Amino acid sequence: MNGNGGVLSTKGVSKSFGPVQALDEVDFAVDAGEVVGLVGDNGAGKSTLVKSIAGIYSIDAGQFYFEGEPVTIRGPNSATELGIATVYQDLALCDNLDVVANLFLGQEAVAGGPGRLARVLDETAMEERSHELLEQLSVTIPSVRSEVGTLSGGQRQQVAVARSLLGEPRVVMLDEPTAALGVPQTKQVLALIKRLRERELGVIVVSHNLANVFEVCDRIYVLRLGRKAGDFDAGETTEEQIVGAITGAEFGNGEAE
Amino acid sequence: MTLRRFLQGDLVSLRVIFAIALIWIVFESQNDRFLSATNLTNLFLQITPVALISVGVVLALLLGEIDLSIGAVSGLAASVMAVLTVKNGWDPALAILAGVLTGAAIGLAQGLLFTRFRIPSFVVTLAGLLAWQGALLQVLGSTGTVNLANSGITNLANTFYPDAVGWAFAAAAIGVFALVTLGGYVRRQGSGVTAEPLGLLVLRVGVFAAVAIVAILIFNSDRGLPLAVLILLGFVIGFQLLTTRTTFGRHLFAVGGNAEAARRAGIRVDSMRVVAFTLCSSMAAVGGIMAASRLLAVNQSSGGSDLLLLAIAGPVIAGTSLFGGRGSVWSALLGAIVIGSISNGMDLLAFESSVKFMVTGGVLLAAVVVDAIARMRRQEQGRV
Repeated sequence: MNGNGGVLSTKGVSKSFGPVQALDEVDFAVDAGEVVGLVGDNGAGKSTLVKSIAGIYSIDAGQFYFEGEPVTIRGPNSATELGIATVYQDLALCDNLDVVANLFLGQEAVAGGPGRLARVLDETAMEERSHELLEQLSVTIPSVRSEVGTLSGGQRQQVAVARSLLGEPRVVMLDEPTAALGVPQTKQVLALIKRLRERELGVIVVSHNLANVFEVCDRIYVLRLGRKAGDFDAGETTEEQIVGAITGAEFGNGEAE
Repeated sequence: MTLRRFLQGDLVSLRVIFAIALIWIVFESQNDRFLSATNLTNLFLQITPVALISVGVVLALLLGEIDLSIGAVSGLAASVMAVLTVKNGWDPALAILAGVLTGAAIGLAQGLLFTRFRIPSFVVTLAGLLAWQGALLQVLGSTGTVNLANSGITNLANTFYPDAVGWAFAAAAIGVFALVTLGGYVRRQGSGVTAEPLGLLVLRVGVFAAVAIVAILIFNSDRGLPLAVLILLGFVIGFQLLTTRTTFGRHLFAVGGNAEAARRAGIRVDSMRVVAFTLCSSMAAVGGIMAASRLLAVNQSSGGSDLLLLAIAGPVIAGTSLFGGRGSVWSALLGAIVIGSISNGMDLLAFESSVKFMVTGGVLLAAVVVDAIARMRRQEQGRV
């Protein structure tokens, strides 16, 4: 759809784990201000694709393009530097740290003056910025100094999303953002995803929940057995078509096994 | 919120301080020399080596790791220092530096083995325990003992400052503490973020001042403020600041709390581990050197016996989790005071060492059970 014109795209990306071909020549793209749903059956390669873009896995073949330029992603830091943020299914928060510490983990504000040498934390600046960010995103938590382990699942998810925005990314990837959440909490998270689109971010949502995908996504990209099985405009597609692409039923030649 | 933070955060320390008070009262009631200035000064001199080692242990524990080689490393570092200064005539300061660097090099090597080959730290440092004990015997040579008398190194544990110097230190410490505490309050107020109530901060400064003044009163009515205690406090405060106020410390807690989350946040988890193990071994060396200075000699049993176990038990008794991510450097000092008080008190009452070991074991077990109950309660509330 976007070729190399999207804010982020991949061309011919392949990745295997031993004999298992997790990704096979995947071309994928997301544009600014667009929410793309990444769907597929278990083992279809959704998480592998996300982790490859995030720099957790190194790919065997293929090329990433960021804002049209070919780029190499060498680890999580290089993805972050490009402007790609990821929110994982298991959230990857430290339960023993408070909200501020989690938001700034790995990108802490450092005090000026002599404290800079010892990399002394600037807690006041971080706390101020946390308040600001959470307010912008309408995230409500008891206190930014609460230990993350004390928060509810929805609050933790929102903290994880807010955390991904600190580095002013251009692309945010969300892995199963609504899994294990109750109905009101799911609503909060979906509303948050819509606010990300309003901020002109490219958003990639990996989800099993097609109802949620249809609710927030502009485009739905289907992976099957590591390969692209379809790329649909969410407004002009039915759930049956997506399910067909996920299961391979539309090919009708026994590929479903 | 503040009350809850107070209860969940500082409660562990308060619990330990309460336990120390109880232990002191019990021993004082049995023998009125226990709380004498001389005995309290001795108590602090006794705990200094193990507390210094525990400071390093806390760094490993915060990561959820353990270092079993600290005892052997403390002995080896002390023997390297002793041989260099006594047999080879090195300047004491250089010999001490060489001892600490020995510890640092060992920690670096063990840390690299642990991270590079993914061998559990338990096993790497268990091998270290055996190997460094052998190295200790090798370094000491056939005589098996090196006397440090008149070598300058004994000054570390046997220097006492006159009254005026003690008061000057207390005044400076109280001043700095008040300035930092209240300065932080003013800054937070200014930028409109939550600050702890002023009353609590003033109370904290008051308690700190009272403790400092009482401590100097006690030390001054004996031989004066000991250099060893100053060194210990310096390391405790330094590492406390490092672990709570810097990026390094924040990352240490993060790796201990959730290593995968830390890795995804771009923290170099393996480097953190190597640095922590290097610091841990270095502190073991510092503790070993302090022990040698106090005992005026290094011998084949230096760093052996129960030193390793007590150095790990101390912080755990005072609330540092064995599972990583929870604890503080203070716990090294507080735990050493608990264990040291029990040991010192039972020595005064002329208990057999059999009883001493069993009581210390009981205290450790009790402390861990209390900690486990606290953890279960956290989990019931949905906190992990």
